[in-house]
Amino acid sequence: MNKTELNRLTGIAREIRILIIKMLAEAGSGHPGGSLSIADILSYLYFKEMRIDPQNPEMQDRDRFLLSKGHAAPALYAALALRGFFPVEDLFSLRKIHSHLQGHPHHIDTPGVEASTGSLGQGLSMAGGMVIGCKLSQSEANIFSIIGDGEAQEGQIWEAAMTAGFRGLANLCVFLDYNDLQIDGRVSKIKDIYPVKEKWQAFRWHVLEIDGHNLEEIETAVDSFKSEKEKPTMVIARTTKGKGVSFMEDGVDWHGVAPNREEAEKALKELSNG
Amino acid sequence: MAKESLRGEYGKTLLRIGRDNKNIVVLDADLAKSTKTLTFGKEVAERFIDMGLSEQDMISTAAGISLTGKTVFASTFCVFLIGRVYDQVRQSVCYNNANVKLVGTHSGLGVGEDGATHQMLEDIALLRPLPNMRVIVPADATETARAVEYAAENDGPFFIRLTRGNLEKIYDSNYKFELGRASVIKPGRDITLFAIGAMVEKALEAAKVLAQESIDAAVINVSTVKPLDKDTIMDAARKTRAVITIEDHSVYGGLGSAIAEFLSQNHPTKMKIIGVEGVFGRSGSAADLYSHFKLTAHRVVDEARKLIS
Repeated sequence: MNKTELNRLTGIAREIRILIIKMLAEAGSGHPGGSLSIADILSYLYFKEMRIDPQNPEMQDRDRFLLSKGHAAPALYAALALRGFFPVEDLFSLRKIHSHLQGHPHHIDTPGVEASTGSLGQGLSMAGGMVIGCKLSQSEANIFSIIGDGEAQEGQIWEAAMTAGFRGLANLCVFLDYNDLQIDGRVSKIKDIYPVKEKWQAFRWHVLEIDGHNLEEIETAVDSFKSEKEKPTMVIARTTKGKGVSFMEDGVDWHGVAPNREEAEKALKELSNG
Repeated sequence: MAKESLRGEYGKTLLRIGRDNKNIVVLDADLAKSTKTLTFGKEVAERFIDMGLSEQDMISTAAGISLTGKTVFASTFCVFLIGRVYDQVRQSVCYNNANVKLVGTHSGLGVGEDGATHQMLEDIALLRPLPNMRVIVPADATETARAVEYAAENDGPFFIRLTRGNLEKIYDSNYKFELGRASVIKPGRDITLFAIGAMVEKALEAAKVLAQESIDAAVINVSTVKPLDKDTIMDAARKTRAVITIEDHSVYGGLGSAIAEFLSQNHPTKMKIIGVEGVFGRSGSAADLYSHFKLTAHRVVDEARKLIS
């Protein structure tokens, strides 16, 4: 990745984070921590990788992204708005009555949202289903998804993992947002998902480990996914919950609490200077 | 009269409508031999997926496939298709308004010897409140075929509830299934018997016995439990003095509840709901279970006498 491209995508990730803070402050509720932790991955997928058309959200053969960890909806909405699926102003209606932006993504309501998610574990199965559906239509589209590390405690994740591995759904690329925090505390203390790499390998996945905030590593991982022709790809992305806002970083209390005005201003100042 | 297999007809219908229609995809969860989806699977292997014993994954995968433009049928026993995966049905299928057809076999006490763990008596109650979901309970093989064809041709979620055993033939090949339209099998002036699935033949039997006592009973097959045929139900309630509902399902939340909800608010009518009284089933032959839990023509006759005496 050349420097110009890196700067562009870094700038977009920062823009996504700024919008996350602004819309959550406006909404008064929502999930900042897990939204901030996936901003870099979304910047890369939506602004560099995926074959999509905001003017034609239902374009045939498009690549698709499913946010299996649906509570990080603000990050997805920010990426979709910046990419042109709907006006950026819409973001400030998040979670309000009459808004098309529901607390968790809704496929019917929001342009660009490929599936409704929020009840954890289901998005990965739906993503696998989309790979199967596209293949049956002779489409080589790629399906991307992000699951949470807490979400990996759901049994359905492992049913879906077994299906994708066994069926060799090579057009499926999943990122694990591995920030080691869930609502009640550290993932490693509540129900540790370690060893992660070995688990997914045992389920017959092509497994990569990266720094989920490093755009060059994200690019390398996606390139590796595209050259893998037999297995689905799991990118274990080491991330920091609340990334980019010092007082939110690695803080469990910022899972599902929106910043107040003062906190939002402080966060925006940091992000603008960062 | 000859008895016919509903699930057998389901498998044959799938093959007939899906063999050349590349849009149809069929999923099962290790019960393809019993649900008869294997009839399709053996011939159209490329569009048949046995998901193994992963019902949650099957339902959400079905939703995912359908979101790429396919019509997806997903089958297993009702207890696993609805009870085990209610959240997946609610969120992956209904909230997405996904084009997924859930066809459950082995509903209710009709399962027989496998016992309570496999006898789903609460599926209609679970599905009626879900937005976008349509609920159909065919009463014979012909109606099964028409319902499956209808679901395949019409977008959005459907649940088709089939029984394990064979049922008497009620409709000939001219029968037209219409969603939300109950079928009046026999008109009557004194009392109306509303029935679904395997209970339709019990209602017909009861009507014959009642006729000998000069009680003229209407028999109506309410195969679409949702959306309910309010016109036909209102018409029957107005024309007769009382109504009885009969279903191989809990008395809570099923056909009886649906009709009671409607009539109590629009045309209060003397009524008896016959079903399983909020208890688990048990092992036994289907016939013995229907006797044990009093889902019989004899019981219907008794209740009819009480209501109109």
